[in-house]
Amino acid sequence: MTQPMTGAKMVVQALKDQGVDVIFGYPGGAVLPIYDELYQQTDIQHILVRHEQGAVHAAEGYARSTGKPGVVLVTSGPGATNAVTGITDALMDSIPLVVLSGQVPTFLIGNDAFQEADTVGITRPCTKHNWLVKDPDKLAETIHQGFHVATSGRPGPVLIDIPKDVQFAEGTYVGPVKAGHGHYHPKVKGDRETITRLVEAMETAERPIFYTGGGVINSGDAATQLLRELVEATGFPITSTLMGLGAYPASGKNWLGMLGMHGLYEANLAMHDCDLMICVGARFDDRITGRVADFSPNSIKAHIDIDASSINKTIHVDLPIIGDVAHVLEDLLRIWKSRGRKVNKEALKPWWAQIDEWKTVDCLRYTPSAQTIKPQYALQRLEALTRHRKDRFICTEVGQHQMWAAQFLGFEAPNHWMTSGGLGTMGYGMPASVGVQVAHPEALVINVAGEGSWLMNMQEMGTAVQYRLPVKQFILNNERLGMVRQWQSLLHGGRYSHSWSEALPDFVKLAEAFGAKGIQCSDPADLDDAIAEMLAYDGPVIFDCLVEKHENCFPMIPSGRAHNDMLLGDADTEGAIGTKGAVLV
Amino acid sequence: MAPLNIQQGTSRHSAYDLRDPNAEASERHTLAVTVDNEAGVLARVIGLFSGRGYNIDSLTVAEVDHAGHKSRITIVTTGTPAVIEQIKAQLGRIVPVYEVHDLTVEGPSVERELALFKVTGTGEKRVEALRLADIFRANVVDSTLESFVFEITGTPQKIDAFGELMRPLGLCEMARTGVAALARGN
Repeated sequence: MTQPMTGAKMVVQALKDQGVDVIFGYPGGAVLPIYDELYQQTDIQHILVRHEQGAVHAAEGYARSTGKPGVVLVTSGPGATNAVTGITDALMDSIPLVVLSGQVPTFLIGNDAFQEADTVGITRPCTKHNWLVKDPDKLAETIHQGFHVATSGRPGPVLIDIPKDVQFAEGTYVGPVKAGHGHYHPKVKGDRETITRLVEAMETAERPIFYTGGGVINSGDAATQLLRELVEATGFPITSTLMGLGAYPASGKNWLGMLGMHGLYEANLAMHDCDLMICVGARFDDRITGRVADFSPNSIKAHIDIDASSINKTIHVDLPIIGDVAHVLEDLLRIWKSRGRKVNKEALKPWWAQIDEWKTVDCLRYTPSAQTIKPQYALQRLEALTRHRKDRFICTEVGQHQMWAAQFLGFEAPNHWMTSGGLGTMGYGMPASVGVQVAHPEALVINVAGEGSWLMNMQEMGTAVQYRLPVKQFILNNERLGMVRQWQSLLHGGRYSHSWSEALPDFVKLAEAFGAKGIQCSDPADLDDAIAEMLAYDGPVIFDCLVEKHENCFPMIPSGRAHNDMLLGDADTEGAIGTKGAVLV
Repeated sequence: MAPLNIQQGTSRHSAYDLRDPNAEASERHTLAVTVDNEAGVLARVIGLFSGRGYNIDSLTVAEVDHAGHKSRITIVTTGTPAVIEQIKAQLGRIVPVYEVHDLTVEGPSVERELALFKVTGTGEKRVEALRLADIFRANVVDSTLESFVFEITGTPQKIDAFGELMRPLGLCEMARTGVAALARGN
């Protein structure tokens, strides 16, 4: 399709041709022509957020829960700079986003015009790629290429900056097919020889483990299915990063739980003691490895990743396989089957016995209370009362509650867990839950939050109410910045510098002010009824769960320590972090 | 316990063949990067180096394929083998980058740099500067009664050596292009 139209019309046409049905945005002077075009059509729904950061996180929630790219529309200057945190978050967590930003007209660029910012300059290091489109004839092609870049290879955010005169100017529209994909074609097939060597290692390994991450989920449903088949067929244990939860079901018999800084004891010890580590779509992040020098010292390491720069970045691996998880696992399974489906059964038995012994440590235990709600208890009850809902989506903010949610909630399917892993963005969860609910109007969408994080983007309650999105904001309110406080207690002699709030809002009244429902609960005996009330209410709810104020999150690998050197409770914390560890984050 | 049939640290058949991942010594590598000649592409490359803390010893860039809008960036960098591998992988994932070649490991290559030296002086020093310039095959591209501008082409080492000789003879200003490099043979 090639036809003349204005730049603004091209933007809307290109989005339609890319199959976009919803975008998240906020209008302003430099995008008015595009908003005028949106006004005159009904195919694309526009969700008006309350802050551009919220638009990006909502688009992330939409993208993660659907597997489709999220689309954002913001104006120039502050519109674009407000989006930067969300864009960086998407880059760190490999979330496909297409961000369209307005720009001052081309003849004013560089003049310090009103609401001018060097948007492509500012977003260059936080996008996978970005473009400033000065020629209306290049606009449609650029948008189509933007979708290609955002969604292929390792996904990520792209930004297309569109000056206002380009939106008004006439140009020639080209459709997605004619626009082509340029030369960007990441390799998806892994090297067969290396895959074969991995199969050989799997056949003889005595203490193997799968260590999986968000790459499995990004690769798509086929990758999840293949991973599950591979794990069941080999009988190997499997652990996952925060980002990869749900790729293998939490109820699966080989599941060890999450690994890493607040991961499960058995998962971390199995990583430390394994002799074959098969890393699938994860990136040896510092939250995972602990002290690099002591990371799984006696294992052969295989690493499947679509991004060559993830290979050997922090941990040297023996079998690097660059390719898409689904393609590589398919080849891996085929080769393993063709060689007779061999595993070292004799050795796997004692390995599992060892893992079962580690499990008896019961690392998630905590001291229950009849007087105050323990945050872990709140999540256990939330899990018990919502586990049966196959359409349950969980978002989180960032902090202790996020780690407890990862520990105590079970994920059976991919794309049902939305959390800010890499960047650790407080304020992610509330808008993300909006995006998830937009994508899944009938689903149960819960944002597990802390009151500190939640307040960072609470304005998006207005969006939830406006679009009748029944998101459940489950706030574990300890009136503290719990994770900051926990580190201050470990690292700074209990000097709790600015890690509590003296002027929190009344969340019930706040909910009512927004036109939502507010529920407060402080007694463990009332908790089940209160959660049931939240679930039964057909509309957005702010659930103010007043929890124990000084609970710390365990288990924990203190910074600068190895996997097999975990803290299991408050009693272990004395002098836990040395001076070397103290400089780490 | 039957030993696994793979030795740790061997990745001979891998796409990323680290020669010695544990080597700590810094190496100097010359990288040739072919990129789309689009706005901001140099900023992307430079931003990658500054953002991730890599070194740039020298960097040259110019369009080499006018019809295809392609530029060639020649980067001289130093780092441990692991860092060099990371640099190449990180460069490779920049969207407008077509190819990354490590001329230092891919076989013999030639490196040349052009420099201009302004040397002021009179009498014996001026004569000596001209004599040395002749030995180094430098051209005089500007001359006054009290100054020369020499143009010299060669390896960075040759240019360094010439600069050292000119310093006591009245070197007052210099400009260097940075390294341009090509693989030898076809």
